[in-house]
Amino acid sequence: MAALRSTPFRVLGSARPSLRLAAAAPVRGFAQLADGATKSLHASEGNERLKTFQIYRWNPDQPTEKPRMQSYTLDLDKTGPMVLDALIRIKNELDPTVTFRRSCREGICGSCAMNINGTNTLACLCRIPTETNADLKIYPLPHTYVVKDLVPDLTQFYKQYKSIKPYLQRDTPSPDGKEYRQSKADRKKLDGLYECILCACCSTSCPSYWWNSEEYLGPAILLQSYRWLVDSRDERHEQRKDALNNSMSLYRCHTILNCTRTCPKGLNPGLAIAEIKKEMSF
Amino acid sequence: MRLSGLQKEILSLYRQCLRECRKKPDASRSHFKTFARNEFDKNMSLDKRDFAAIEFLLRKGRRQLDMYASPGVKDIKT
Repeated sequence: MAALRSTPFRVLGSARPSLRLAAAAPVRGFAQLADGATKSLHASEGNERLKTFQIYRWNPDQPTEKPRMQSYTLDLDKTGPMVLDALIRIKNELDPTVTFRRSCREGICGSCAMNINGTNTLACLCRIPTETNADLKIYPLPHTYVVKDLVPDLTQFYKQYKSIKPYLQRDTPSPDGKEYRQSKADRKKLDGLYECILCACCSTSCPSYWWNSEEYLGPAILLQSYRWLVDSRDERHEQRKDALNNSMSLYRCHTILNCTRTCPKGLNPGLAIAEIKKEMSF
Repeated sequence: MRLSGLQKEILSLYRQCLRECRKKPDASRSHFKTFARNEFDKNMSLDKRDFAAIEFLLRKGRRQLDMYASPGVKDIKT
């Protein structure tokens, strides 16, 4: 993961703006623009840098067909730096049937979570490795039911999120009838917790969650549980703790820490779970 | 005949479908029944050893049942 991120930033000059224009301009105009862009780049680099993407394909309309990997080759000089750019380009130009979720393209929505080269991450935050000899393999999130191609079925994940009541619960109104105030120290406890975008990268990378996804909540949901447990404004602290106090919901975490390693937002669900365990025992 | 676990699950899904049909208004009940039956008939030709496909269709069927069982759904085109 770290290796993927730290690859030096490639100078793309005109490749990106030409893609932008393509959204508004007609197709023919785009072809000309792209040609112009490559010509200028080729003058400096010599030959094009082709990269092959292997993408997991499975179509629910033909359930008897087995899932397969399909290869697409793109010129990296004409493509944006991120895997999501490549996917969008494949969908636009090579094969419109490739299916994936995307929305914000900047790591805020968590839609484009997928397994890229064996690591769960957001396609929009993952750089395309620049060496062109190795293929880039893209799978849907592991151990999820696949809806189509790269789209996982997250119903169970959202159901579990709902089960922890992820909202402020309190009975006493605030003293001055305005918003519920927090001290700076209390607010600080929420840092590293509220940033979670529920992309399900961590939960689906957790072996414990793979085997017990029906009952074990998984790192993402436990991180959110902890976020509501430490919130100074919440008044259902004990009920929330009671809900977790069984052998499955929380204690299936065996500190494998795949969650922390994979989190595309750099959060630490492992630490949050450890804090919950600490709070439960004292 | 001894049925496999998967076969039992499918039969139970079918029975559940018929049970849900009974809760629908009289006028459209037969529509729901034929729809459910058609959905099952569509995949009659499936190879019985193709577990992945059968399990997927089973999940899909349950999702559909969930959706059509809601009281807001009054009638269905077959």
